[in-house]
Amino acid sequence: MWEQIAANQRRSAVLLTTMVVVLLLLGYIGGEALAPGAGFIGLAIAFVIWLIQLGVYFGAAESVLLAGAGARELKKEDSPRLFNIVEEMVLASGLGRMPRILLIDDPAPNAFAIGRKPDSSAVAVTTGLMHRLDRDELQGVIAHEIGHLKNQDVKFMTLAAVMLGSIVLLSHIVLRTLAFGGRSNRRSDSRGSGGGGQAQLVIFVIAIIFAILGPVFAQILYFACSRKREYLADASAAQFTRYPAGLASALEKIALSSQTVAFANKTTAPMFIVNPLAAAGRGFSLFSTHPATEERIRILRNMGGASLADYESAYKRAKGGALIGPQSLQAAPAQSIRAPSNDGPIESQAGTHAINYRRHGYLPLHCACGLDISVPESYDRDTINCVRCGSELPIPAVAPAAPAATPKAPPLLGPLQYNRTTAGWESFRCACNRTIQLSPAFAAPHIRCTNCGRSIAIL
Amino acid sequence: MPVAIIILIILGALALGVVFWFIGAYNGLVRLRNQLENAWAQIDVQLKRRYDLIPNLVETVKGYAKHERETLENVIQARNIAMGAKSVGDRAEAENILSGTLKSLFALSEAYPDLKANQNFLKLQEELTSTENKVAFSRQFYNDSVQQLNTSIQMFPTNFVATMFHFTRRDFFEVKEEAVREAPKVSF
Repeated sequence: MWEQIAANQRRSAVLLTTMVVVLLLLGYIGGEALAPGAGFIGLAIAFVIWLIQLGVYFGAAESVLLAGAGARELKKEDSPRLFNIVEEMVLASGLGRMPRILLIDDPAPNAFAIGRKPDSSAVAVTTGLMHRLDRDELQGVIAHEIGHLKNQDVKFMTLAAVMLGSIVLLSHIVLRTLAFGGRSNRRSDSRGSGGGGQAQLVIFVIAIIFAILGPVFAQILYFACSRKREYLADASAAQFTRYPAGLASALEKIALSSQTVAFANKTTAPMFIVNPLAAAGRGFSLFSTHPATEERIRILRNMGGASLADYESAYKRAKGGALIGPQSLQAAPAQSIRAPSNDGPIESQAGTHAINYRRHGYLPLHCACGLDISVPESYDRDTINCVRCGSELPIPAVAPAAPAATPKAPPLLGPLQYNRTTAGWESFRCACNRTIQLSPAFAAPHIRCTNCGRSIAIL
Repeated sequence: MPVAIIILIILGALALGVVFWFIGAYNGLVRLRNQLENAWAQIDVQLKRRYDLIPNLVETVKGYAKHERETLENVIQARNIAMGAKSVGDRAEAENILSGTLKSLFALSEAYPDLKANQNFLKLQEELTSTENKVAFSRQFYNDSVQQLNTSIQMFPTNFVATMFHFTRRDFFEVKEEAVREAPKVSF
């Protein structure tokens, strides 16, 4: 598996180098256009801009991003199934370290992964996703996200974003200063030799073209990288789960729901599994962060096996190009698809509401007028009136909290002894209404009720 | 510049290239081997987890399905055998049988609605199902690593490095599915 990562890293390095070259060229030409011989100063300025952007992006804490989402970290007891699924995928991918698991309260189904370093990596799921997907499908989604973490996509896309930001900023500066300084330059040069003025004009024009086309070119490159990474994560997911149909049907369900995720914007969009900004049906363009979902589903459903090579051939059939490259596929083993498991939705509505109560301390409700209402756990009526518009909102049912492993003994009520009447099998009811069976071999003086924990004397 | 020096420089560059490739190949093999051993340790962790969960499960089921003593005893017996197995092949087979007995146990729980509703039982069932999955996935990862290592050891340029430093082929953690092929029989 590390072979594929190494190949990806090499390819990423090539892409980033291209963007660096564009950035530095832009600086040089811009400097030259401004004042002949000042090319290297322009280069230096470009470099400095790049360094500053790097510092800003890599210094910023990811928690800032999540604060806007209202994401809460889940512990194992909140949703053991989700936790187990993530753990399974960590084992299948060889990631080595469990990421943090976050739950976002949003009816739109989506998921994302963040984390430049293994320590700070996290996977987030929306409650909408938990209600809709079954185990195989959620496993596919989580595998896709963990694929992103394993392929170090977040680090790569952050670097690419920095690159893009620097190019855009620099081109802006170049265009501005050329508009100001260019005029005076041309005036002074026209007094000089004609040949010098000509060359200067040419460089000027080239600089402007670069400054305009540079950002466009860089953007196209950036979004192409983003889309390619999504395909690679899909391939990784199929390989980890050995069940590409799971991810395919999850994508179908996500695409069917036309809701957009509340806190997503253009910056955070690449991290999601399906473009959170595109409602279902909106086409994709050169500037989309994600490939068209139908395309991804088609490739996944077309796979003959579950290995990277199978994904590659399905990709070729659908799109005609190479994704991973024959070199890295040499060491990829052939893998067959496993049988599906038959499990229902991961968490019911009531289940996620219980999680919300436990983690937030309140239940978030959203009124149609746009107001967010926080219902405390102690509120015991069935409905609540919106403060702004007055409409009555029903409070959804909450699943009972999971009982403690050893139930506490209830207060002493009812008989705590039982008289045996025969020497064979007997059963009686405990005070908590649990049927207790006594076998002929049972000879102890007490029996413990498995439901409430009461100790009942057998006489 | 005299031709001899140019030739020397070219040869030097080539030699440097070969050395770098050599280092890269060796490091790659070492990485694969460590990945493999780590994967094996992971399988161990998951299997042990399963052994620890089983007695708890048996106790919970006993409270409700005392009559099904035979199935319960099968489970405990299979668990003990699996814990005692030494070689990879024995272990794989014992684990398989244990999975089969657990499947019968869960199929059996269908007949006892009280048991099915018990929160403890449900939790244990989820834990065991998940542990089975985890064993399967860590085994999958181990086998993938084995395949990658074996392929690297055998492919053309790297096989020299491999034989030089005694990298050996590893066995797969094979699962003989025959023992579990038949559907579990539940008698009422």
